[in-house]
Amino acid sequence: MIKKLFPHPVLTLLLVIVWQMLVNKITLGNIVLGLGLGIAVPILTGAYWPDRPRLKNPLMIVEYILVVLWDICVANVRVAWIILFRRNADLHTTWITVPLDLQTPEAITALAGTITMTPGTVSSDLSADGRVLLVHCLDAGHPDDVRDEIKSRYERRLKEIFE
Amino acid sequence: MMALWQEALVSFFLVVAGIFGLVGSYGLIKLPTPMTRLHAPTKATTLGIGGALIASMLANLFTTGVVSFHELMITLFLFLTAPITAHFIAKVHLHLNEPRDSLPPTGTETPWAGAPAQPEDPAD
Repeated sequence: MIKKLFPHPVLTLLLVIVWQMLVNKITLGNIVLGLGLGIAVPILTGAYWPDRPRLKNPLMIVEYILVVLWDICVANVRVAWIILFRRNADLHTTWITVPLDLQTPEAITALAGTITMTPGTVSSDLSADGRVLLVHCLDAGHPDDVRDEIKSRYERRLKEIFE
Repeated sequence: MMALWQEALVSFFLVVAGIFGLVGSYGLIKLPTPMTRLHAPTKATTLGIGGALIASMLANLFTTGVVSFHELMITLFLFLTAPITAHFIAKVHLHLNEPRDSLPPTGTETPWAGAPAQPEDPAD
């Protein structure tokens, strides 16, 4: 019964919280309305994610978000510096390939999104078998260093969260 | 009424936001190729918008004493959508402008998903 009413308890909780934030006012009525959405949406959409991944290590998400936020701040300053003070001719723009240890599509999506949001890198393509990520670097002194940083900073943590 | 230090704090974040927004837009003009231009708006503007949102939250907190969550939601939706937009633009660029052999090899058996192996030219 509980399982039937809450097929996806995390999503239910997330929807209730997001609803409170959207209406920006926590009242009993809003919580009931949010709970209604939180129950209806997972039941209605449950058919569309037959193999959703289990989160192995939810606490790691907090650490991951903090690391990414910090990196985004550093990235902003670095990219702004490059735009303002580097001549275009001095830029070492390259493509790099990142071989993936991650298997779940959700984890790869999160990694690709993170790469796009952080230091001078944009993820551009995935190999057809989903094992390698193509990343464009705005200014890479050593392409291997960029690849190793992505693997050790983001992929390792995502692997702990998802797999 | 906001105290002086509160106004200074809000102003600081607004100025930071303005600077990064300006630099991001300038980068669009200054950088040489479509792929490098993609870096300017996805990076330099996240802190630009982030700064404005922090300033908005602080101003709201200082004037009314209530924490506003709308700014956090804007940040969340922005972080969900910005990489997808960038990815679309990169894909279109790969399809239309980038010669296949300028990309590094995948290192596996299969080609890049957005750049399927070219069909054999029947004239050969």
